[in-house]
Amino acid sequence: MKNFGYTVIKQRTIDYDQFDGRLLNEVLEMEPSFKVCLSCGGCTATCSANDLVSFNVRRMNLLLRRGETVELESEIKKCMLCGKCMLVCPRGINLRNVIMLIKKSILKYKPVNS
Amino acid sequence: MDFPPSFILPFTIGLLFISVFLVIIIGIWISGLSRIDKSRIIHNIFTRKSLLAIRETFMESLLHRKIFRKNPVLGYMHMSLAFGWFLLIVVGHIDAVNHYQTFSVPAYKAIFMRYFVTETATTISGKILAASMDLLLLFVLSGVMLAYFKRLNSRIFGMRKTTKLKMGDRIALSALWLIFPLRFMAESVSAGIHHNGSIISQPTGQLLASTLPVQLLEMPLWWAYSGALGMFFLALPVSRYMHIPVEVVMIFLRKYGIRVQKRIDGYSRIQVYSCSRCGICLDSCQMTHAAIKDTQSVYVLKHIRNKNLTDEKLFNCLLCGRCQPDCPVGLELNNLRMTQRIESTKEYNSSYEYLKNGPIVVSPQTEVIYFAGCMTHLTPAIIKSMKEIFAVAGVKFWFMDEEKTACCGRPLMQVGQYEAAKKLIEHNRERILASGAKKLVVSCPICYKVFNEDYALPGITVQHHSEYLLQLMADKRLPVNKMPLRVVYHDPCELGRGSGIYHQPRLLLDEYAEVIPIKNEKEAAYCCGGSLANIKIQMNERNQIRDNAMEEYLGYQPDVLATACPLCKKTFAKSRNLPVHDIAEIVYMAIRQKNAERSGKTKTMKELKIELWGS
Repeated sequence: MKNFGYTVIKQRTIDYDQFDGRLLNEVLEMEPSFKVCLSCGGCTATCSANDLVSFNVRRMNLLLRRGETVELESEIKKCMLCGKCMLVCPRGINLRNVIMLIKKSILKYKPVNS
Repeated sequence: MDFPPSFILPFTIGLLFISVFLVIIIGIWISGLSRIDKSRIIHNIFTRKSLLAIRETFMESLLHRKIFRKNPVLGYMHMSLAFGWFLLIVVGHIDAVNHYQTFSVPAYKAIFMRYFVTETATTISGKILAASMDLLLLFVLSGVMLAYFKRLNSRIFGMRKTTKLKMGDRIALSALWLIFPLRFMAESVSAGIHHNGSIISQPTGQLLASTLPVQLLEMPLWWAYSGALGMFFLALPVSRYMHIPVEVVMIFLRKYGIRVQKRIDGYSRIQVYSCSRCGICLDSCQMTHAAIKDTQSVYVLKHIRNKNLTDEKLFNCLLCGRCQPDCPVGLELNNLRMTQRIESTKEYNSSYEYLKNGPIVVSPQTEVIYFAGCMTHLTPAIIKSMKEIFAVAGVKFWFMDEEKTACCGRPLMQVGQYEAAKKLIEHNRERILASGAKKLVVSCPICYKVFNEDYALPGITVQHHSEYLLQLMADKRLPVNKMPLRVVYHDPCELGRGSGIYHQPRLLLDEYAEVIPIKNEKEAAYCCGGSLANIKIQMNERNQIRDNAMEEYLGYQPDVLATACPLCKKTFAKSRNLPVHDIAEIVYMAIRQKNAERSGKTKTMKELKIELWGS
């Protein structure tokens, strides 16, 4: 059969009964400024790491809020902590602390079977 | 042989305890040094360095020269207590040796000599020694008096703030405050009973003997004096006064060339214990401008000692280094904090695998590399100015981080991620070396520091653009044009205190504008508040720190605030009180102005700025 490049989309259902909000809660508690993120994407546009590899700070926010810890862990490692995102953020969010908090806490909350 | 009186027990027990304790703990710390550091001790111990260390111990630990420079009254207080007490011990022993006519005088016989001596000194040497002991005690008592007043009002001593005490400190402090008044009382009472004493203890002794039942008071007073001494020795290990013995060891090790490494070891512990918690670092800390009052160096060192340092406190510091020049003990405050940051984050250093197979711009062959830095990409006027200056000077260069370039690694290092930073450093280093360049010009002091210190770049001179532009100007490759601009120059932390570059930017600016000298400059320069080293501070707190610095600058009524760091520029520019320009931008405007004058026109500052910001 001819391959047109289309595939069946992988199952991406998130079961909110299984939702693990511990990481999210910890990050928001330790860095409350992250609550006011309006997902404008300025951080991603200016990101030094994003210039080299696909790395999306805004997507990181989404993964965190959805509790997708496994994907988040591989994403977060790409950040070089240069701080440009923090300077362009219109809400003055302390993004470098958010990154460091996730990096530090993710080991605690990572699902065991991953 | 007659037994000594029982009141010497508390003192003797205390002295024995503290001697054994110190030998053990300092032994553990020194054995915890690296092999190289141990060999440094062995190689230097019998050299002039030991004499220099003795001199420094005398000047700093006893005379407190550095505190004198900060405030004479505060200096006098510390000197009278430290040097006075030291002399009391030394002269007291000489007095005892002179009296008993033997060198083997037990410590208690010297310390409590006035109890044992019932006759009046008859020899001239005895009289002089007794009189000097009285005067020395008076000298120490004056210091104790000042210490009482300081607790009530620290402002008299030029200190706006003073440190909070914990339990061990309170016990030791109370004991210290009691030792000398009790000694004075006990000696006076004994002098009153035996009708001896010297210039001060004789009249007070007679006065006490005529008004109080001195026979009854004698023993309790000597007990209390001995008890206070014993209490002080017992509380020493859990109090800040541990700095007294440890500081001396630290001065010797420092003279032997031992420094704080990027890890916690014996020497970093010795430095932590050498902190006297005087609180002088609190005054220079700008975090207090944002009402953050519990993360300063003195508290962090205290928490390291008590093993209860939280990330919230550890990372809530700009690492601007303003506290370091003020520290009377000369501790490496920033490096000590760094050791803790490295320890705290060591488990999650990234490996940046993507750098190996990412889209990389191939290094062209070039003489000069220009590395703007991540921050400079947010201040495009600096890049534009640098490009123009390179063109005017006729320099061919490779703009290394124009696109697809990794960060220099310094921001990672500042939060303790040294292992992760190494990956970025290796990557960038390969690219730099592949170009065969001789010179690396950097616009960002944060990058400059790491390129200078942590990249091994043989044959390549790393220059901040302030140094580079100064050199171009000296080589007459840049036109000079002094503009009628009053400029305040803000020293960036990483360039000034961090890399010791204070003069080059000023020399450069002098040729293009009028630089106004200000109070807090060079070593005492303010931080802009934007530092990447602090990951805990909130934006509004950063703004308060910035506004406080800005207020001082505005007092000099400058036309422009000049700086040499894109992050400082970005931080100050947000306050909108004063035009903020990087030195490269000022050079750019001066060149443009001169070009316009040649063609018979003059340009206003506004027109020049529009040119700078326009595409």
